[in-house]
Amino acid sequence: MTQPKILAVKNVTVSFDGFTVLDNLNFSMNYGELRFLIGPNGAGKTTFLDIITSKTKPTRGEVIFDKTVNISHLPEHKIVQQGIGRKFQTPAIFSSLTVYENLEAAISFREWSIQLFRWLSPSNRERITETLELVGLQERADVRAGALSHGEKQWLEIGMLLIQKPKLLLLDEPVAGMTRRERNRTGELLQNIAKNYSVLVVEHDMEFVRSFAKTVTVLHTGKVLCEGTMEQIQRDPRVVEVYLGRAHGEARPPKHERVSVPTQRVGRMPMPALAS
Amino acid sequence: MLKQTAMRQFISEWGPVILLGLLFLCAPLFLSDFRLSLLGKFLTFAIVAIGLDLIWGYGGMLSLGQGLFFGLGAYAIAMHMKLEAGGGGLPDFMVWSGLQELPLFWQPFHSPFFAVAMVMILPATVAAMLGFLVFRSRIQGVYFSIITQALTLLVSVLLVGQQEYTGGTNGITNLSTIFGYSLMAQETQVAIYFVTVMMLALVYLFCYHLTRSRFGRLLVAMRDDEARVRFLGYDPVIIKTVTFAISAAIAGIGGALFVPQVGIISPSSLGVVFSIEMVVWVAVGGRGTLIGAIIGALLVNAGRSAFSEQFPNVWQYFLGAMFIGVVVLFPQGIVGSLRLGVDKLCLINQTPKLEGSVSQPSI
Amino acid sequence: MGGWLLQAFNGLSLGSILLMISLGLAFSFGLMKVINMAHGEFIMLGAYVTYVFQNNFATMLGGLDLGLWFLISIPVAFIVTGLLGILLEISLIRFLYGRPLDTLLATWGVGLVLQQATRSIFGAPNVQVVSPAWLSGGFMILDITLPYKRLFIIAVVLVAIAVIYIHLNYTASGRRLRAVMQNREMASCLGVASRQVDATTFGLGAGLAGVAGCVLTLIGPIGPSIGTHYIVDAFMVVVLGGTGGLVGTVLAAFLIGIANTSLEFATTATLAKVLVFGLIIAFLQWRPSGLVVQTAR
Repeated sequence: MTQPKILAVKNVTVSFDGFTVLDNLNFSMNYGELRFLIGPNGAGKTTFLDIITSKTKPTRGEVIFDKTVNISHLPEHKIVQQGIGRKFQTPAIFSSLTVYENLEAAISFREWSIQLFRWLSPSNRERITETLELVGLQERADVRAGALSHGEKQWLEIGMLLIQKPKLLLLDEPVAGMTRRERNRTGELLQNIAKNYSVLVVEHDMEFVRSFAKTVTVLHTGKVLCEGTMEQIQRDPRVVEVYLGRAHGEARPPKHERVSVPTQRVGRMPMPALAS
Repeated sequence: MLKQTAMRQFISEWGPVILLGLLFLCAPLFLSDFRLSLLGKFLTFAIVAIGLDLIWGYGGMLSLGQGLFFGLGAYAIAMHMKLEAGGGGLPDFMVWSGLQELPLFWQPFHSPFFAVAMVMILPATVAAMLGFLVFRSRIQGVYFSIITQALTLLVSVLLVGQQEYTGGTNGITNLSTIFGYSLMAQETQVAIYFVTVMMLALVYLFCYHLTRSRFGRLLVAMRDDEARVRFLGYDPVIIKTVTFAISAAIAGIGGALFVPQVGIISPSSLGVVFSIEMVVWVAVGGRGTLIGAIIGALLVNAGRSAFSEQFPNVWQYFLGAMFIGVVVLFPQGIVGSLRLGVDKLCLINQTPKLEGSVSQPSI
Repeated sequence: MGGWLLQAFNGLSLGSILLMISLGLAFSFGLMKVINMAHGEFIMLGAYVTYVFQNNFATMLGGLDLGLWFLISIPVAFIVTGLLGILLEISLIRFLYGRPLDTLLATWGVGLVLQQATRSIFGAPNVQVVSPAWLSGGFMILDITLPYKRLFIIAVVLVAIAVIYIHLNYTASGRRLRAVMQNREMASCLGVASRQVDATTFGLGAGLAGVAGCVLTLIGPIGPSIGTHYIVDAFMVVVLGGTGGLVGTVLAAFLIGIANTSLEFATTATLAKVLVFGLIIAFLQWRPSGLVVQTAR
């Protein structure tokens, strides 16, 4: 517990019109960690990311980033300047700009308006080239981003975040809507990234989570249900109940049956890939 | 092969610009005095149109306040010219309204340098203040348009209402000289014409480079997805406010050049109607293409003067139809459609690109 | 005492006029997110319908004194402009949903055409509609007179709001309207003809503009370009009111009306307008989406 945390969410509550989305939530992450966040629909996963990136302001509680910085009330762009990059659920890229220009827009984020009228420095141009290679888009540099395939857009967005060298990377469903091949590529990319960055991934795709996750946090009704390795999570009766309970509606299996549910089934839960 | 493509790109990029430039420079040789002064007036409109294209075509913010900024620039220079015409005395309309001495805010306009500086500073400041407040509270899209339109209406009401300070409905009239040169002299008019052409060229080049800089890309990026820009660590408020202020200053330049060519400025030439009409100039020429803004401003205004000489009624219908037409049928405008056509013919580019997003990785 | 009462009455009166001209916009903009720049021209058309009625049917309907023609011209203006609104929705607006800036420009073009058409038919100069005799004079209270015309406008607005409220909340077509505006897909799935609802909603907005034009003939001469005078004010009411429904629009109209008249009393007419604009911008700093907002998660 004494280990310094890159992110500590303390007693955060969010409610909209009396409806509590996050309920006194506590969460923390170590430096260099790759953490997965799962949970059934409406558990508050996306709201959780909104709180970290200040898209939504917490009703109560605070978020401490990088040991000391209280980011709960900073505006969005200042939080990015602090070193938190966020990939959105649906790819958010600039479709009228080329791939190269998208990365260029991302890399210039610490410059003032006046500096933006100058040329890009050679070292930054080199970094764009490197990032293009890292996300595998070097062939597509001059293509308008709007013309990319869905998977390529997701990679481009990840590239735009990486080029900013954030301290913490938040990925909201990075493989949603991808083909199997694209998913595998993204997984490799993710493992690559995780070597150098602290990463928090929100994911619906259980198969993906199982193949790449080390530590998983389960969110349910705005609270952390449990936390642990994938094996621990899959064995946890509460998790099984949350997922199966929802999948089977009101008819809950008797207790002894619940415990003996094969772990595999968690992964096959019929969960819509793009809802939240 | 590569050289050929580069050459072709250069020609398609700069060919029309150079051609237009030459045409404007030679115009005094073959146009009558009347036509030349008309063209000079249109060129000041073209300057305003470039500013509007910058904020609307590239930035996606439809400002309906450009006429106001045009007017502010125009009044700034007209105030100086009025003092010049008065020869040290009180401007005539102030005498009529019973003012005893020159109001304090008129005093510095004795200085030509101050007046010329105000041509850009005044509109830019108003735009920056309004823009900052509006963008800060994340008012976007049509709300921005409506608020800029309201401000335009307000200022024209204010100008009419404060008769003793502004000349009221009549505006500032009876201007005779600018910086000591008589407005009646043909040489002065030709000189002003050339200054207008030069300013148009400067404004064009400035905006050309701006739209191709990283700042310009960011502007286009913001039109695509403002949230993403914010979550890349930029403050959109600053980018938008700066752009709005620049476009206002450009409109001010247009207004300042308009006054000495027409010899009068009144609230009717900066109102709500004028502000929205210039949108059609840009749309007809092709939004998001700077050269299109110039061509559109010239064509629509030439069309107006040609039509209204003969069938003034028909022009209004035509204008109305143009508003509908550019939205429903030709959203690309003339230049945009031509470029699309050329691209299709050449088959060199698989995807049509906006002018501001031509890929030049080296900037 | 009388002075204050007069102030309050003037505020209410201006507020009711503002509300009258922005009610229709609250329909098309608030409910459908359609920017109708031709709204001012619909107001103008409503006024001209009244004018035509006065010139052609006044004698038939009991002469100028009885003024029956005026009462009848209100529903007629509603129907005529409403039908024109439906026509506009079907022929143009329908293709522009989701493109608010384009809608703004196209409807401005429509407004220009309507203006010019009116100019061609009725001539460019302003015309005067003679108000019915029973609306001249005023109601004496304390030492001040409340003109019947102004009271009548307030009454018309109240009736209009009541009718709209009942229509939206207690009739089947009103429920259909709300259903489509809240969740188009779901409503369509449940068998609501959403296109038809769009057209009638827009038509209702236009019809309300027609009624506004009709009562505006009471307070001054009318001309082909009166629409442009009103459109900006109407939009400011809607922007301040927010898109959360009628309550916001009503509040905003009366707030602006009262603020405007009291500031005008304290300063000058033009300065009051400037101050009101400043106040609206300041208010939007605090609540960018206006007074009353529909909250949805």
